[in-house]
Amino acid sequence: MRTAMARIALATAVSAFALPAFAETSVGLILPKSGTYAALGNDIQDGFVYALEEAGRTSEFKLVTEDTEAKPAVGLTKARKLVLQDEVDVMVGIVSSGVLGAIRDFVDGAKVPLIVANAGNDEATGKDCSPYITRVSFSNAQVNRPMGKWMYDQGVRKVYTLAPDYAAGHQMIDAFAEAFKAAGGEIVGGEYTPFGQTKDFGPYLTKARQANPDGIYVFYAGGEAISFVKQYGSFGISKEVPLYGTGFLTSPLYVKAEGDGAIGVKTSLHYVPTLQSTENKVFVAQFEKRYGRTPSEYSVQGYDAGRLLLGALAAGAKDRASIAANLPKVRYTGPRGPMEIDPSTNNVVQNIYVYETVKDGDALTQKVIGEIKSVRDEPNGCKL
Amino acid sequence: MSESGFWALQLLNALQYSMLLFLLSIGLTVIFGLLHFVNLAHGALYMMGAYIGVSVAAATGSYWAAFLLAPLAVTAIGAVLYFTLIERLRQAGPMNQVLVTFGLIFIFLDLVRIGWGDIALGLDVPQAMAGTARVLAVDYPVYRLFIIALGLLIMAALLFVLSRTQIGAMIRASVENAAMASAMGINVQRLFVCVFCVGCALAGLAGVVAAPVFSASTGMGISILIPTLIVVVIGGLGSLQGAIAGSLIVGFLETMGAVLFPQFAAILVYVLLAAILVIRPKGLIPARG
Repeated sequence: MRTAMARIALATAVSAFALPAFAETSVGLILPKSGTYAALGNDIQDGFVYALEEAGRTSEFKLVTEDTEAKPAVGLTKARKLVLQDEVDVMVGIVSSGVLGAIRDFVDGAKVPLIVANAGNDEATGKDCSPYITRVSFSNAQVNRPMGKWMYDQGVRKVYTLAPDYAAGHQMIDAFAEAFKAAGGEIVGGEYTPFGQTKDFGPYLTKARQANPDGIYVFYAGGEAISFVKQYGSFGISKEVPLYGTGFLTSPLYVKAEGDGAIGVKTSLHYVPTLQSTENKVFVAQFEKRYGRTPSEYSVQGYDAGRLLLGALAAGAKDRASIAANLPKVRYTGPRGPMEIDPSTNNVVQNIYVYETVKDGDALTQKVIGEIKSVRDEPNGCKL
Repeated sequence: MSESGFWALQLLNALQYSMLLFLLSIGLTVIFGLLHFVNLAHGALYMMGAYIGVSVAAATGSYWAAFLLAPLAVTAIGAVLYFTLIERLRQAGPMNQVLVTFGLIFIFLDLVRIGWGDIALGLDVPQAMAGTARVLAVDYPVYRLFIIALGLLIMAALLFVLSRTQIGAMIRASVENAAMASAMGINVQRLFVCVFCVGCALAGLAGVVAAPVFSASTGMGISILIPTLIVVVIGGLGSLQGAIAGSLIVGFLETMGAVLFPQFAAILVYVLLAAILVIRPKGLIPARG
């Protein structure tokens, strides 16, 4: 009897180990790890990993990282690999709108949820939306639209625009121009500069001045933003023609390289590290402790992608279909403020902040001077 | 802003861009003219000049230290490249030279990414040049005027050396006919090394001079290579006058193109390149008529 009981007890104990361990969620991080956007890709990944660490649930996730090189063809190959070979449950990432455009059909057809942690092209949550694509970062129009009315309210009546000549540049300026004109302003002129090739903005700045605007509104990011702001500063025209734009122009990630030219530039963005909410103060302090640098909008996008995924899993999602269904239902208050996903577009609904770059001692920092709450995109052809 | 003021500003913009192109193209064209070597790694040396300049300025707090040391450092890198790689490739034929030196660009690019990171870095202009000055009745950034002045100075210095000094004569002789020059007792080999080093120094100088305006980024070596090659092909391989003519033409065309025909600005230069290749394939002022 006792030996039988002992055997049964032993068998039960052994079978407990034979039960499948809690299934790991396999996440494909699809980001540029080389090339011009590598720094952004790293920032997004760090934010995402931090979200998992903050929740204490890193052991429940298996992360597979692939480098898109910010090239559409490479991105598509890597997406296929993650889905077909690594069989990930969900993909997170995409910095370049070009890559997003290239993999949209594949993601939709393969029915794999994708949390977009940067790429802003409007169609991805517009006419090309998909129940499997949830965007937690921003849309190009969303960041620019509020500035139209805000600048008009500040007394700006005539604006000259500049942006690089590719899809994002056009979308950003179009969104701003539409809102600015609707508020009563006038676009006195504008140019699109050759994307990635323009190094000397001198001729364009001179043309902008000749149009005699109340301000210049631009979209530039990364290396082009640094060049543009430095050259704008060198011409000494900030009193005559103040500079406005989207916050990518003076992103905390590289504003230091821009020097004094960035001082006084007023831009709009969905996040700055100097936001005064409790959630953000904790986030910034912990992020700095963990990584030794201040978080940027890219880090917070990665973080919110992590929060979104954790929220979807907490609501009981287990596989691709249920994750995709649960992602748009997650709501919480994060470092950016109140976060929710609009079920009619699968795009994030968030506050947009207007900030001025100011000098604080030796460093450049962001002073929030405006807040537009709960900016939501129109469906624009999305049928979800 | 007045009409004449507008054109004065654009003239200065064009001149400044031309001078930058000149600094880069003169090194490339003389290296090709003398060594018959297509050195595409020239763009990488430009990038190294910018990044080393950024580091020196950050370490010493002085732009001028960077201005002096970056070209020297790039010359050293160039010398190492010459003795390890380029000397061996001299007989290899243009295709192999292009492939190897083009590959060097990517090696340097990743080395820069490892050493300096992915984010573009800025370099501040020296305090004395931070403002604007009144030139041709407009206010123009002093630093850009400095670039123009430096370019003109180096142009004059090179013209003087090449046409009025003995070493200049030896260089011109070796470009025309290396075998004959060697037969006359000129140490062509040593001349090659000298000229190569000067070319590298100029590339490094162009990098550190451009960094405050354009910022040091990992893509800068590749993105400046095309305009530089166009200057060299349009101007004529191997000649100083060709580099001067080419850089002025390309600089003005790109700047005025951006002003007058912005949609076509990107292709104007290529149209001119195609025309030159058809009408005068050796370039406008080639070294060997």
